[in-house]
Amino acid sequence: MSQTLIVSGSPHAKSDLTVRSIMWGVVIALLPVFAVSAYVFGVRAIIAVLVTSAACVVTEYIVQRFFLKQKPTVDDGSAVVTGMLLAFNVSVAVPLWQLVVGSIVAIAVAKMAFGGIGTNPFNPALIGRAFMTVSFPVHMNTWVVPRESLLSLGVDRATGATPLGYIADAAARGEPLSTVAAELPGYSQMFLGTIGGSMGEISALAVLIGGAYMLYRKLISWETPVVFLGTLAAGTGIFWIIDPTAYADPLFHVLAGGAMLGAWFMATDMTTSPMSRNGKIVFAAGCGLITAVIRLFGGFPEGVTYAILLMNAFVPLIDNKFRPRRFGKGVAS
Amino acid sequence: MAVVKTFPMGGVHPPENKFTADSAIQILDPPDEVAILLGQHIGAPAEAVVQKGDTVKVGTLIGEGKAFISANVHSSVSGTVKRVDEALDAAGFRKPAVVISVEGDEWEERIDRSPELVTEINTPAEEIVQRIKAAGIVGMGGAAFPTNVKYMVPEGKQVDTLVINGVECEPYLTADHRLMLEHTDEVLIGVEVLRRALQVERAVIGIELNKSDAIEIMSKHAERFPHIEVYGLKVQYPQGAEKQLIKAILDREVPGGKLPLDVGCVVNNVGTALAAYHEIQKNRPLIDRVVTVTGSSLSKRGNFQVRIGTPFSHAIEAAGGMPGDVAKVIAGGPMMGKAVPDLNVSVTKGTSGILLLNKREAQREETVACIRCSKCVSACPIGLEPYLLEKLARMEYWEQSDEHDVLDCIECGSCSYICPSNRPLLDYIKLGKVKVHEMRRASAG
Ligand code: SF4
Ligand code: SF4
Repeated sequence: MSQTLIVSGSPHAKSDLTVRSIMWGVVIALLPVFAVSAYVFGVRAIIAVLVTSAACVVTEYIVQRFFLKQKPTVDDGSAVVTGMLLAFNVSVAVPLWQLVVGSIVAIAVAKMAFGGIGTNPFNPALIGRAFMTVSFPVHMNTWVVPRESLLSLGVDRATGATPLGYIADAAARGEPLSTVAAELPGYSQMFLGTIGGSMGEISALAVLIGGAYMLYRKLISWETPVVFLGTLAAGTGIFWIIDPTAYADPLFHVLAGGAMLGAWFMATDMTTSPMSRNGKIVFAAGCGLITAVIRLFGGFPEGVTYAILLMNAFVPLIDNKFRPRRFGKGVAS
Repeated sequence: MAVVKTFPMGGVHPPENKFTADSAIQILDPPDEVAILLGQHIGAPAEAVVQKGDTVKVGTLIGEGKAFISANVHSSVSGTVKRVDEALDAAGFRKPAVVISVEGDEWEERIDRSPELVTEINTPAEEIVQRIKAAGIVGMGGAAFPTNVKYMVPEGKQVDTLVINGVECEPYLTADHRLMLEHTDEVLIGVEVLRRALQVERAVIGIELNKSDAIEIMSKHAERFPHIEVYGLKVQYPQGAEKQLIKAILDREVPGGKLPLDVGCVVNNVGTALAAYHEIQKNRPLIDRVVTVTGSSLSKRGNFQVRIGTPFSHAIEAAGGMPGDVAKVIAGGPMMGKAVPDLNVSVTKGTSGILLLNKREAQREETVACIRCSKCVSACPIGLEPYLLEKLARMEYWEQSDEHDVLDCIECGSCSYICPSNRPLLDYIKLGKVKVHEMRRASAG
């Protein structure tokens, strides 16, 4: 009867939820996207994902171990998530060394320099992508023909553009959309993913499967993707209604480019999005709106990356302004 | 039971682990010695009215609650007062207590010990309130707030509903569940007693759906009580918290710093209703209570009717003895209970359970950085931002803690329970509450 008893504050129970279970859960959710990119782009895509993931993990380990002198926490899986997302955000044409540079920037600069997991204001994978777009514009804008040279390790075959690229070109030339209509893939292709584009952005279906899994595991809240895509559809839809010859329809915008991947996997990043439900809604609406504006009026064909990064910057402000409703306040009782 | 209700904001679903749900209440014989604390309730401790050497019976008044918020204390055994000094409370502090060595089991004559149900209620409202006070009845759900105080509705407040808590949302605990199954009529008559004391037309009882047998039998027997309604509630922690229960059943919100009275209700536990039945119908003051003694490695866990003042060790012995792997003993449930430092701690009026956790269950995982997952925010039933309150407390920003409503925290523990980074959110929030109270007092005085 002389056991020493532990005395600590309540609660004396803890859920199974851990950072590890969350991050590896996101990795699992990314597997369908991974599978489609391997199916469409072949061996190169597999190698690219492995390289970015490994580069992110190694970078994080080195920074923690040798620079910050902390116990490395790479087993939490967050660096793997960043690595996979970085690969999914770029073209399979990007050389491996550029992927490594992007990974180092994502982890060392965008994540560890701010203090590591939980403290980075910007989505690391998107910072990596933005850095690569600026530094390696040629390869970042080289798109590979789907379902060709699946076993090739090099990149030689390049096509013109992604669906969004085609319409941006048409707009730049001041021509109606009908001039590029023949080049545009059908919706079912865009849904399934047999189109040109970044490795993980091609298949809406794969993203949805992963998204459903994350909803089921409560890793994300439905508001973020739904409001993001809804706002994007509404914003682009207005212009399409006004002039369908000059503007693509909202469904096209939702399925094209990084909208699906961004709405489900990037805007939902826990660390870089707001805390309250209303805050998340405002954040997602901002992402959708900015994406629409960039796509419709900007110089780039794609706007998801910058939309999310821009909204990341507003998160502290949003957190401050949109707090959860306190129980008993703001209702007539 | 017709409608399934719940509270809409926050909440978690810890594993229920109600191992003892099917174990009938067993009567635990008194131990050789009891240590009855004089301050078992919220408010001023009672003052001892016995001295060393006095003989007492079961039901003899031994402590008188003189302050407005206080409660009488009765002997739970018959025997001789050994000393009137101090004993350990659940937090491990030495507090005034009456220690009695037990001899026989003689009860005060006025107490009706027959099993007969007394259905007729003949006591007028004011007298009920007085006798609840005299009988030392306090909230039996764990908070141990003197019950009579709730029934003295201040001038200008309108009360229309008595809310009875049969939720028992704490994992592991099954004492209230068993009460409702085995003492259905006594509980319902007790509810009726309390309803009359409050002079309201409506009494509602909330029971979670994981106790469907209790919902069924309570609803059936409640048919004979035209003023009592039974509601089945969706299982969700902390539905047994006063504010959440009122919201779930009546859709009224008690704002921070306010009381159920401010939205027209009084909340009491089913155990309290049973205690009211005992006193008003059977002249039996509060001398015992049902305690769930449980834990994954306890061999004869169960629900025991235990005399107040019984040491935990005696109850654990009855439940199969202390297993070797126990690392933590909790008075109450795992979410809001207190870890006791010692097995000599005695059962009080508020002890709903004795929970034994083994090393693995008791271990806290290593704390890692907050990943801003917002789980604590969405789990908080009060709409607070626990991650922020923790941060503010660590930085000792008490004014900001106050601005962010740290005092509204009901200490349900949902935030710490859910946090994937194992952050000790509630530990810091409790610290914040203490400091903000100090700060307010300092600036007021
Ligand atoms: S902050 Fe308080 S009320 Fe909110 S979940 Fe944590 S313990 Fe419960
Ligand atoms: S639950 Fe924990 S990790 Fe998540 S936001 Fe709250 S404190 Fe941070």
